[in-house]
Amino acid sequence: MSEIPKDLLYTETHEWVAIEDGIATCGITDFAQDQLGDIVYVELPEAGSAVGAGEVCGVIESVKAASDLYAPVSGEVVEVNQDLTDAPELINKDPYGDGWLFRVKMSDPSETDALLDAARYEQFVVEES
Amino acid sequence: MTADASTLKHTPLFERHREAGARLVDFSGWAMPLHYGSQMEEHHQVRRHAGVFDVSHMTVVDVTGADAYAYLRRLLANDIARLEPGGALYSCMLDERGGVIDDLIAYDLGGGAFRLVTNAATREKDLDWMATQADGRAVALVVRDDLAMLAVQGPQARALTLPLLPHSLRGPARELAPFRAAQGQVAGGEWFVARTGYTGEDGFEVLLPAERAPEFWDALLEAGVAPAGLGARDTLRLEAGMALYGQDMDQSTTPLETGLGWTVAWKPAERDFIGRAALEAQRAAGVKVKQAGLIMEGRGVLRPGMAVHTPAGEGVVTSGGFSPTLGRAIALARVPMDTGERAEVVVRDRREPVRVVRPPFVRHGKPLV
Repeated sequence: MSEIPKDLLYTETHEWVAIEDGIATCGITDFAQDQLGDIVYVELPEAGSAVGAGEVCGVIESVKAASDLYAPVSGEVVEVNQDLTDAPELINKDPYGDGWLFRVKMSDPSETDALLDAARYEQFVVEES
Repeated sequence: MTADASTLKHTPLFERHREAGARLVDFSGWAMPLHYGSQMEEHHQVRRHAGVFDVSHMTVVDVTGADAYAYLRRLLANDIARLEPGGALYSCMLDERGGVIDDLIAYDLGGGAFRLVTNAATREKDLDWMATQADGRAVALVVRDDLAMLAVQGPQARALTLPLLPHSLRGPARELAPFRAAQGQVAGGEWFVARTGYTGEDGFEVLLPAERAPEFWDALLEAGVAPAGLGARDTLRLEAGMALYGQDMDQSTTPLETGLGWTVAWKPAERDFIGRAALEAQRAAGVKVKQAGLIMEGRGVLRPGMAVHTPAGEGVVTSGGFSPTLGRAIALARVPMDTGERAEVVVRDRREPVRVVRPPFVRHGKPLV
Protein backbone atom coordinates (compact mmCIF):
# COMPACT_ATOMS: atom_id res chain seq x y z
CA MET A 1 0.00 0.00 0.00
CA SER A 2 1.30 3.42 -0.90
CA GLU A 3 1.96 6.16 1.60
CA ILE A 4 -0.84 8.73 2.14
CA PRO A 5 0.11 11.39 4.73
CA LYS A 6 -2.80 12.40 6.97
CA ASP A 7 -2.07 16.14 6.91
CA LEU A 8 -2.40 16.65 3.14
CA LEU A 9 -5.33 17.12 0.77
CA TYR A 10 -5.74 15.19 -2.47
CA THR A 11 -7.37 15.14 -5.91
CA GLU A 12 -8.87 12.26 -7.84
CA THR A 13 -6.14 12.85 -10.41
CA HIS A 14 -3.57 11.90 -7.75
CA GLU A 15 -2.10 15.28 -6.86
CA TRP A 16 -1.49 16.30 -3.25
CA VAL A 17 -1.74 19.77 -1.73
CA ALA A 18 -0.31 21.30 1.45
CA ILE A 19 -1.79 24.70 2.27
CA GLU A 20 -0.09 27.29 4.46
CA ASP A 21 -0.97 30.99 4.58
CA GLY A 22 -2.90 30.81 1.31
CA ILE A 23 0.00 29.17 -0.53
CA ALA A 24 -0.66 25.67 -1.86
CA THR A 25 2.35 23.42 -2.38
CA CYS A 26 1.45 20.75 -4.96
CA GLY A 27 2.91 17.40 -5.98
CA ILE A 28 1.84 13.95 -7.12
CA THR A 29 1.11 11.14 -4.70
CA ASP A 30 3.17 8.08 -3.87
CA PHE A 31 0.51 5.98 -5.59
CA ALA A 32 0.84 8.09 -8.75
CA GLN A 33 4.63 7.90 -8.92
CA ASP A 34 4.49 4.15 -8.33
CA GLN A 35 1.98 3.69 -11.15
CA LEU A 36 4.03 5.85 -13.53
CA GLY A 37 7.36 4.15 -12.88
CA ASP A 38 10.69 5.96 -13.29
CA ILE A 39 9.99 9.61 -14.10
CA VAL A 40 12.37 11.04 -16.70
CA TYR A 41 11.00 14.49 -17.52
CA VAL A 42 8.56 17.04 -16.15
CA GLU A 43 7.01 20.06 -17.77
CA LEU A 44 5.69 22.42 -15.11
CA PRO A 45 3.77 25.71 -15.27
CA GLU A 46 5.98 28.81 -15.25
CA ALA A 47 6.29 31.01 -12.21
CA GLY A 48 3.94 33.95 -12.64
CA SER A 49 1.46 32.05 -14.78
CA ALA A 50 -2.15 31.43 -13.78
CA VAL A 51 -3.52 27.93 -13.25
CA GLY A 52 -7.12 26.81 -12.83
CA ALA A 53 -8.35 24.05 -10.55
CA GLY A 54 -8.82 20.81 -12.50
CA GLU A 55 -7.08 22.16 -15.58
CA VAL A 56 -4.03 20.67 -17.25
CA CYS A 57 -0.96 22.65 -16.21
CA GLY A 58 1.91 20.38 -17.15
CA VAL A 59 3.11 16.92 -18.13
CA ILE A 60 4.95 14.17 -16.33
CA GLU A 61 6.80 11.71 -18.53
CA SER A 62 7.90 8.35 -17.19
CA VAL A 63 9.65 5.48 -18.91
CA LYS A 64 6.15 4.14 -19.48
CA ALA A 65 4.00 7.04 -20.64
CA ALA A 66 3.24 10.75 -20.64
CA SER A 67 0.63 11.86 -18.09
CA ASP A 68 -1.12 15.18 -17.79
CA LEU A 69 -0.64 17.12 -14.61
CA TYR A 70 -3.71 18.90 -13.22
CA ALA A 71 -3.68 21.97 -11.00
CA PRO A 72 -5.42 21.06 -7.72
CA VAL A 73 -6.35 24.72 -7.01
CA SER A 74 -6.63 28.03 -8.89
CA GLY A 75 -4.26 30.93 -8.59
CA GLU A 76 -0.86 32.29 -9.53
CA VAL A 77 2.18 30.03 -9.63
CA VAL A 78 4.69 31.63 -7.27
CA GLU A 79 7.43 29.00 -7.23
CA VAL A 80 8.47 25.95 -9.25
CA ASN A 81 10.76 23.15 -8.08
CA GLN A 82 13.84 23.82 -10.25
CA ASP A 83 15.66 20.74 -8.96
CA LEU A 84 13.32 18.55 -11.00
CA THR A 85 14.81 19.80 -14.27
CA ASP A 86 17.97 17.80 -13.70
CA ALA A 87 16.64 15.28 -11.20
CA PRO A 88 13.05 14.29 -12.06
CA GLU A 89 13.66 11.05 -10.15
CA LEU A 90 13.18 13.08 -6.94
CA ILE A 91 9.45 12.62 -7.57
CA ASN A 92 9.89 8.83 -7.34
CA LYS A 93 12.22 8.98 -4.36
CA ASP A 94 10.40 11.55 -2.25
CA PRO A 95 7.01 12.46 -3.72
CA TYR A 96 5.84 14.39 -0.62
CA GLY A 97 9.19 16.07 0.08
CA ASP A 98 11.97 16.95 -2.35
CA GLY A 99 9.75 15.84 -5.24
CA TRP A 100 7.20 18.68 -4.77
CA LEU A 101 6.23 20.34 -8.08
CA PHE A 102 5.05 23.94 -7.67
CA ARG A 103 3.45 26.46 -5.31
CA VAL A 104 0.27 28.39 -6.03
CA LYS A 105 -1.01 31.57 -4.37
CA MET A 106 -4.64 30.56 -4.08
CA SER A 107 -7.25 32.88 -5.60
CA ASP A 108 -10.22 31.06 -4.03
CA PRO A 109 -9.60 29.50 -0.59
CA SER A 110 -13.02 27.76 -0.73
CA GLU A 111 -11.64 25.40 -3.40
CA THR A 112 -10.15 23.29 -0.62
CA ASP A 113 -13.70 22.06 0.06
CA ALA A 114 -13.58 20.11 -3.21
CA LEU A 115 -10.35 18.29 -2.28
CA LEU A 116 -10.22 14.88 -0.62
CA ASP A 117 -8.82 14.24 2.83
CA ALA A 118 -6.42 11.34 3.36
CA ALA A 119 -9.14 8.84 4.32
CA ARG A 120 -11.27 9.59 1.27
CA TYR A 121 -8.27 9.55 -1.04
CA GLU A 122 -7.19 6.20 0.33
CA GLN A 123 -10.67 4.85 -0.31
CA PHE A 124 -10.53 6.26 -3.84
CA VAL A 125 -7.17 4.57 -4.51
CA VAL A 126 -8.42 1.24 -3.22
CA GLU A 127 -11.47 1.43 -5.48
CA GLU A 128 -9.39 2.40 -8.49
CA SER A 129 -6.65 -0.17 -8.14
CA MET B 1 -2.14 -1.91 -15.94
CA THR B 2 -1.68 -4.33 -13.08
CA ALA B 3 -2.42 -7.74 -14.49
CA ASP B 4 -5.03 -10.06 -13.12
CA ALA B 5 -2.53 -12.88 -12.90
CA SER B 6 -5.20 -15.56 -12.46
CA THR B 7 -6.37 -15.54 -16.08
CA LEU B 8 -2.92 -15.28 -17.63
CA LYS B 9 -0.35 -17.86 -18.58
CA HIS B 10 2.56 -18.27 -16.18
CA THR B 11 6.19 -19.02 -16.93
CA PRO B 12 8.02 -21.47 -14.62
CA LEU B 13 9.39 -18.39 -12.81
CA PHE B 14 6.06 -16.74 -12.06
CA GLU B 15 6.30 -17.35 -8.30
CA ARG B 16 9.85 -15.96 -8.26
CA HIS B 17 8.65 -12.77 -9.92
CA ARG B 18 5.82 -12.39 -7.46
CA GLU B 19 8.07 -12.99 -4.47
CA ALA B 20 10.51 -10.39 -5.83
CA GLY B 21 7.73 -7.80 -5.88
CA ALA B 22 7.57 -7.52 -9.65
CA ARG B 23 5.00 -5.28 -11.31
CA LEU B 24 3.29 -7.97 -13.38
CA VAL B 25 1.62 -7.01 -16.64
CA ASP B 26 -0.34 -8.80 -19.34
CA PHE B 27 2.08 -9.39 -22.19
CA SER B 28 0.26 -11.21 -25.00
CA GLY B 29 -1.64 -13.31 -22.50
CA TRP B 30 1.33 -13.97 -20.22
CA ALA B 31 1.80 -12.53 -16.72
CA MET B 32 5.26 -11.02 -17.11
CA PRO B 33 7.41 -8.73 -14.94
CA LEU B 34 7.53 -5.14 -16.23
CA HIS B 35 10.06 -4.27 -13.53
CA TYR B 36 11.03 -5.22 -9.98
CA GLY B 37 11.02 -1.67 -8.60
CA SER B 38 12.95 0.52 -11.02
CA GLN B 39 13.17 -0.08 -14.75
CA MET B 40 15.93 2.52 -14.94
CA GLU B 41 18.14 0.77 -12.39
CA GLU B 42 17.61 -2.58 -14.10
CA HIS B 43 18.67 -1.00 -17.38
CA HIS B 44 21.88 0.34 -15.83
CA GLN B 45 22.57 -2.99 -14.12
CA VAL B 46 22.59 -4.73 -17.50
CA ARG B 47 24.80 -2.06 -19.13
CA ARG B 48 27.27 -1.98 -16.23
CA HIS B 49 27.17 -5.43 -14.62
CA ALA B 50 24.68 -8.20 -15.35
CA GLY B 51 20.93 -8.76 -15.41
CA VAL B 52 18.66 -11.72 -16.05
CA PHE B 53 15.40 -11.69 -17.99
CA ASP B 54 12.77 -14.40 -17.92
CA VAL B 55 11.91 -14.87 -21.60
CA SER B 56 10.24 -18.23 -21.21
CA HIS B 57 7.14 -16.84 -22.91
CA MET B 58 8.97 -16.87 -26.25
CA THR B 59 8.16 -19.69 -28.64
CA VAL B 60 10.80 -22.37 -29.19
CA VAL B 61 10.24 -24.69 -32.15
CA ASP B 62 12.54 -27.56 -33.09
CA VAL B 63 12.56 -28.43 -36.79
CA THR B 64 13.68 -31.93 -37.70
CA GLY B 65 13.16 -34.46 -40.48
CA ALA B 66 14.74 -35.21 -43.86
CA ASP B 67 13.36 -32.01 -45.40
CA ALA B 68 14.15 -29.66 -42.49
CA TYR B 69 17.06 -27.99 -44.27
CA ALA B 70 15.21 -27.42 -47.55
CA TYR B 71 12.11 -26.31 -45.67
CA LEU B 72 13.94 -23.61 -43.71
CA ARG B 73 15.74 -22.36 -46.81
CA ARG B 74 12.30 -21.68 -48.26
CA LEU B 75 10.69 -20.44 -45.03
CA LEU B 76 13.32 -17.87 -44.00
CA ALA B 77 14.59 -14.77 -45.81
CA ASN B 78 18.06 -15.33 -44.40
CA ASP B 79 19.82 -18.50 -45.49
CA ILE B 80 20.54 -21.28 -43.00
CA ALA B 81 23.08 -22.62 -45.52
CA ARG B 82 25.33 -19.98 -43.95
CA LEU B 83 25.22 -21.92 -40.69
CA GLU B 84 27.42 -24.66 -39.38
CA PRO B 85 26.33 -26.84 -36.47
CA GLY B 86 26.34 -24.65 -33.36
CA GLY B 87 25.73 -21.47 -35.35
CA ALA B 88 22.91 -18.92 -34.99
CA LEU B 89 21.28 -16.70 -37.59
CA TYR B 90 18.84 -13.80 -37.26
CA SER B 91 16.13 -13.87 -39.91
CA CYS B 92 12.72 -12.66 -40.91
CA MET B 93 9.93 -15.04 -41.90
CA LEU B 94 8.00 -13.40 -44.74
CA ASP B 95 4.69 -13.87 -46.48
CA GLU B 96 4.40 -13.97 -50.28
CA ARG B 97 4.11 -10.15 -50.41
CA GLY B 98 7.35 -9.75 -48.49
CA GLY B 99 5.54 -8.70 -45.31
CA VAL B 100 7.23 -9.72 -42.08
CA ILE B 101 5.28 -12.49 -40.30
CA ASP B 102 7.88 -12.53 -37.53
CA ASP B 103 11.56 -12.18 -36.81
CA LEU B 104 13.45 -15.02 -35.15
CA ILE B 105 16.77 -16.63 -34.39
CA ALA B 106 17.53 -19.95 -36.08
CA TYR B 107 20.06 -22.28 -34.45
CA ASP B 108 21.74 -25.16 -36.25
CA LEU B 109 21.60 -28.03 -33.75
CA GLY B 110 23.63 -30.34 -36.00
CA GLY B 111 22.53 -33.59 -37.57
CA GLY B 112 20.06 -31.77 -39.79
CA ALA B 113 18.04 -30.40 -36.86
CA PHE B 114 17.32 -26.73 -36.23
CA ARG B 115 15.78 -24.63 -33.47
CA LEU B 116 13.75 -21.46 -34.04
CA VAL B 117 13.08 -18.94 -31.28
CA THR B 118 10.21 -16.63 -32.21
CA ASN B 119 8.10 -14.01 -30.45
CA ALA B 120 5.41 -14.75 -27.89
CA ALA B 121 2.89 -12.27 -29.31
CA THR B 122 2.90 -13.99 -32.71
CA ARG B 123 2.84 -17.57 -31.47
CA GLU B 124 -0.36 -18.87 -33.07
CA LYS B 125 0.21 -17.04 -36.34
CA ASP B 126 3.78 -18.33 -36.59
CA LEU B 127 2.91 -21.92 -35.77
CA ASP B 128 0.02 -21.92 -38.27
CA TRP B 129 2.25 -20.51 -40.99
CA MET B 130 5.07 -22.94 -40.27
CA ALA B 131 2.68 -25.90 -40.28
CA THR B 132 1.08 -24.79 -43.54
CA GLN B 133 4.45 -24.44 -45.24
CA ALA B 134 5.56 -27.82 -43.90
CA ASP B 135 2.57 -29.54 -45.49
CA GLY B 136 3.67 -32.40 -47.72
CA ARG B 137 7.28 -32.24 -46.56
CA ALA B 138 9.20 -34.62 -44.31
CA VAL B 139 9.39 -32.04 -41.53
CA ALA B 140 8.52 -32.36 -37.86
CA LEU B 141 7.77 -29.22 -35.85
CA VAL B 142 8.01 -29.68 -32.10
CA VAL B 143 7.10 -26.79 -29.80
CA ARG B 144 9.37 -26.92 -26.76
CA ASP B 145 7.07 -25.71 -24.02
CA ASP B 146 8.99 -28.04 -21.71
CA LEU B 147 11.91 -25.58 -21.76
CA ALA B 148 12.33 -22.32 -19.89
CA MET B 149 14.47 -19.53 -21.32
CA LEU B 150 16.58 -17.03 -19.42
CA ALA B 151 18.61 -14.23 -20.99
CA VAL B 152 21.62 -13.27 -18.86
CA GLN B 153 23.05 -10.06 -20.26
CA GLY B 154 25.74 -7.54 -19.39
CA PRO B 155 29.53 -7.22 -19.28
CA GLN B 156 29.76 -9.67 -16.34
CA ALA B 157 26.98 -11.98 -17.54
CA ARG B 158 29.09 -14.75 -19.01
CA ALA B 159 31.58 -14.87 -16.14
CA LEU B 160 28.78 -15.06 -13.56
CA THR B 161 26.74 -17.63 -15.48
CA LEU B 162 29.47 -20.12 -16.42
CA PRO B 163 30.02 -21.62 -12.94
CA LEU B 164 26.26 -22.19 -12.60
CA LEU B 165 25.89 -24.28 -15.75
CA PRO B 166 25.96 -28.09 -15.65
CA HIS B 167 29.60 -29.25 -15.49
CA SER B 168 29.68 -30.77 -18.95
CA LEU B 169 28.48 -27.50 -20.55
CA ARG B 170 30.88 -25.10 -18.85
CA GLY B 171 33.82 -25.76 -21.16
CA PRO B 172 31.85 -25.54 -24.41
CA ALA B 173 29.94 -22.46 -23.16
CA ARG B 174 33.19 -20.71 -22.17
CA GLU B 175 34.55 -21.17 -25.70
CA LEU B 176 31.45 -19.88 -27.51
CA ALA B 177 32.02 -17.07 -30.02
CA PRO B 178 29.21 -14.52 -30.47
CA PHE B 179 26.16 -16.03 -32.18
CA ARG B 180 27.27 -19.57 -31.38
CA ALA B 181 25.47 -22.10 -29.21
CA ALA B 182 26.25 -25.29 -27.29
CA GLN B 183 23.90 -27.94 -26.00
CA GLY B 184 24.05 -30.97 -23.82
CA GLN B 185 21.96 -33.72 -22.29
CA VAL B 186 22.63 -33.67 -18.59
CA ALA B 187 20.99 -35.25 -15.61
CA GLY B 188 17.55 -33.70 -15.44
CA GLY B 189 17.23 -32.98 -19.13
CA GLU B 190 18.39 -30.84 -22.00
CA TRP B 191 20.34 -27.60 -21.63
CA PHE B 192 21.17 -25.18 -24.43
CA VAL B 193 23.42 -22.12 -24.12
CA ALA B 194 23.73 -19.48 -26.82
CA ARG B 195 25.88 -16.36 -26.89
CA THR B 196 23.01 -14.26 -28.16
CA GLY B 197 20.73 -11.59 -26.74
CA TYR B 198 18.58 -8.54 -27.28
CA THR B 199 20.35 -5.84 -25.31
CA GLY B 200 23.53 -4.86 -27.18
CA GLU B 201 25.60 -6.40 -24.37
CA ASP B 202 27.51 -9.64 -24.19
CA GLY B 203 25.77 -12.55 -22.53
CA PHE B 204 24.01 -15.86 -22.81
CA GLU B 205 20.53 -17.06 -23.57
CA VAL B 206 19.98 -20.30 -21.68
CA LEU B 207 17.27 -22.85 -22.40
CA LEU B 208 16.79 -25.46 -19.72
CA PRO B 209 14.15 -27.84 -18.39
CA ALA B 210 11.28 -25.76 -17.00
CA GLU B 211 11.42 -27.50 -13.61
CA ARG B 212 15.09 -26.55 -13.21
CA ALA B 213 14.50 -22.87 -13.98
CA PRO B 214 13.67 -21.62 -10.44
CA GLU B 215 16.89 -22.99 -8.89
CA PHE B 216 18.98 -21.64 -11.78
CA TRP B 217 17.28 -18.25 -11.36
CA ASP B 218 18.02 -18.31 -7.62
CA ALA B 219 21.67 -19.18 -8.27
CA LEU B 220 22.04 -16.29 -10.73
CA LEU B 221 20.59 -13.82 -8.22
CA GLU B 222 22.80 -15.27 -5.51
CA ALA B 223 25.79 -14.62 -7.79
CA GLY B 224 24.83 -10.94 -8.05
CA VAL B 225 22.90 -10.94 -11.32
CA ALA B 226 19.99 -8.50 -11.05
CA PRO B 227 16.49 -9.52 -12.12
CA ALA B 228 15.37 -7.30 -15.00
CA GLY B 229 11.91 -6.88 -16.48
CA LEU B 230 10.41 -6.32 -19.89
CA GLY B 231 10.60 -2.55 -19.41
CA ALA B 232 14.39 -2.57 -19.24
CA ARG B 233 14.50 -5.14 -22.03
CA ASP B 234 12.67 -2.66 -24.27
CA THR B 235 14.92 0.34 -23.52
CA LEU B 236 18.05 -1.81 -23.86
CA ARG B 237 17.07 -3.16 -27.25
CA LEU B 238 16.01 0.32 -28.38
CA GLU B 239 19.43 1.72 -27.47
CA ALA B 240 20.98 -1.22 -29.31
CA GLY B 241 18.92 -0.30 -32.39
CA MET B 242 17.22 -3.69 -32.46
CA ALA B 243 13.80 -3.89 -34.06
CA LEU B 244 10.74 -5.01 -32.09
CA TYR B 245 8.16 -7.03 -33.98
CA GLY B 246 4.72 -5.40 -34.07
CA GLN B 247 6.22 -1.94 -33.62
CA ASP B 248 9.16 -1.47 -35.96
CA MET B 249 7.99 -4.02 -38.52
CA ASP B 250 4.96 -6.19 -39.14
CA GLN B 251 3.16 -7.88 -41.98
CA SER B 252 2.39 -4.54 -43.68
CA THR B 253 6.10 -3.74 -44.07
CA THR B 254 9.03 -5.53 -45.68
CA PRO B 255 12.56 -5.97 -44.31
CA LEU B 256 13.79 -3.47 -46.92
CA GLU B 257 11.59 -0.74 -45.43
CA THR B 258 12.45 -1.45 -41.81
CA GLY B 259 16.24 -1.53 -41.58
CA LEU B 260 16.38 -5.30 -41.97
CA GLY B 261 17.64 -5.54 -45.54
CA TRP B 262 20.92 -6.92 -44.19
CA THR B 263 19.08 -10.04 -43.02
CA VAL B 264 17.88 -10.95 -46.50
CA ALA B 265 20.19 -13.44 -48.23
CA TRP B 266 19.90 -12.63 -51.94
CA LYS B 267 22.56 -15.14 -52.94
CA PRO B 268 22.35 -17.76 -54.23
CA ALA B 269 19.90 -16.27 -56.73
CA GLU B 270 18.17 -19.62 -57.26
CA ARG B 271 17.10 -19.96 -53.60
CA ASP B 272 13.37 -19.30 -53.81
CA PHE B 273 12.49 -18.17 -50.28
CA ILE B 274 8.94 -17.05 -49.55
CA GLY B 275 8.64 -13.34 -50.33
CA ARG B 276 11.67 -13.22 -52.60
CA ALA B 277 9.76 -12.19 -55.75
CA ALA B 278 8.00 -9.39 -53.88
CA LEU B 279 11.25 -8.10 -52.39
CA GLU B 280 12.99 -8.17 -55.76
CA ALA B 281 10.13 -6.23 -57.31
CA GLN B 282 10.26 -3.69 -54.49
CA ARG B 283 14.01 -3.34 -54.83
CA ALA B 284 13.73 -2.85 -58.61
CA ALA B 285 11.01 -0.23 -58.22
CA GLY B 286 13.01 1.56 -55.52
CA VAL B 287 12.35 1.39 -51.80
CA LYS B 288 10.60 4.59 -50.66
CA VAL B 289 11.18 4.48 -46.92
CA LYS B 290 13.86 3.42 -44.50
CA GLN B 291 14.45 3.01 -40.80
CA ALA B 292 16.37 5.75 -39.05
CA GLY B 293 17.41 6.55 -35.52
CA LEU B 294 16.27 9.82 -33.94
CA ILE B 295 17.81 11.66 -31.02
CA MET B 296 15.83 14.39 -29.34
CA GLU B 297 17.82 17.58 -28.87
CA GLY B 298 15.65 19.14 -26.18
CA ARG B 299 13.71 17.73 -23.29
CA GLY B 300 10.76 15.42 -23.59
CA VAL B 301 10.17 11.84 -24.68
CA LEU B 302 9.61 10.36 -28.13
CA ARG B 303 6.81 7.78 -28.28
CA PRO B 304 5.58 5.30 -30.91
CA GLY B 305 3.11 6.80 -33.37
CA MET B 306 4.43 10.37 -33.23
CA ALA B 307 4.62 12.10 -36.62
CA VAL B 308 8.03 12.92 -38.11
CA HIS B 309 8.46 15.89 -40.46
CA THR B 310 11.42 15.95 -42.83
CA PRO B 311 12.16 18.06 -45.93
CA ALA B 312 11.73 14.81 -47.90
CA GLY B 313 8.25 14.11 -46.52
CA GLU B 314 6.46 12.59 -43.54
CA GLY B 315 7.49 9.70 -41.35
CA VAL B 316 6.46 8.04 -38.10
CA VAL B 317 8.12 7.01 -34.85
CA THR B 318 7.86 3.21 -34.55
CA SER B 319 9.68 2.79 -31.20
CA GLY B 320 10.62 5.58 -28.87
CA GLY B 321 11.48 6.28 -25.30
CA PHE B 322 13.93 7.70 -22.85
CA SER B 323 17.45 6.32 -23.17
CA PRO B 324 18.86 5.82 -19.67
CA THR B 325 22.41 5.58 -21.04
CA LEU B 326 22.24 8.78 -23.11
CA GLY B 327 19.96 10.67 -20.75
CA ARG B 328 17.71 11.83 -23.57
CA ALA B 329 14.92 10.54 -25.74
CA ILE B 330 15.70 8.31 -28.72
CA ALA B 331 13.56 6.58 -31.31
CA LEU B 332 13.45 4.31 -34.28
CA ALA B 333 11.38 5.81 -37.08
CA ARG B 334 10.22 4.96 -40.58
CA VAL B 335 11.11 7.97 -42.74
CA PRO B 336 11.42 8.87 -46.43
CA MET B 337 14.52 7.36 -48.08
CA ASP B 338 15.98 10.82 -48.75
CA THR B 339 15.76 12.02 -45.16
CA GLY B 340 18.82 14.06 -44.19
CA GLU B 341 20.42 14.71 -40.84
CA ARG B 342 17.65 16.81 -39.34
CA ALA B 343 13.96 16.29 -38.74
CA GLU B 344 11.16 17.38 -36.43
CA VAL B 345 8.85 15.23 -34.34
CA VAL B 346 5.43 16.37 -33.19
CA VAL B 347 5.41 15.99 -29.40
CA ARG B 348 2.05 17.07 -27.96
CA ASP B 349 1.32 19.63 -30.70
CA ARG B 350 4.85 21.04 -30.63
CA ARG B 351 7.45 20.43 -33.30
CA GLU B 352 10.65 19.35 -31.57
CA PRO B 353 13.96 19.16 -33.47
CA VAL B 354 15.66 15.76 -33.67
CA ARG B 355 18.95 14.56 -35.08
CA VAL B 356 18.72 11.68 -37.56
CA VAL B 357 21.34 8.99 -36.98
CA ARG B 358 22.13 5.44 -37.92
CA PRO B 359 21.33 3.01 -35.09
CA PRO B 360 22.64 1.54 -32.82
CA PHE B 361 22.76 4.30 -30.23
CA VAL B 362 24.65 2.26 -27.61
CA ARG B 363 26.72 -0.90 -27.84
CA HIS B 364 28.68 -2.64 -25.07
CA GLY B 365 27.91 0.13 -22.62
CA LYS B 366 29.28 2.91 -24.83
CA PRO B 367 27.28 5.67 -26.55
CA LEU B 368 27.85 5.56 -30.31
CA VAL B 369 26.02 8.73 -31.27
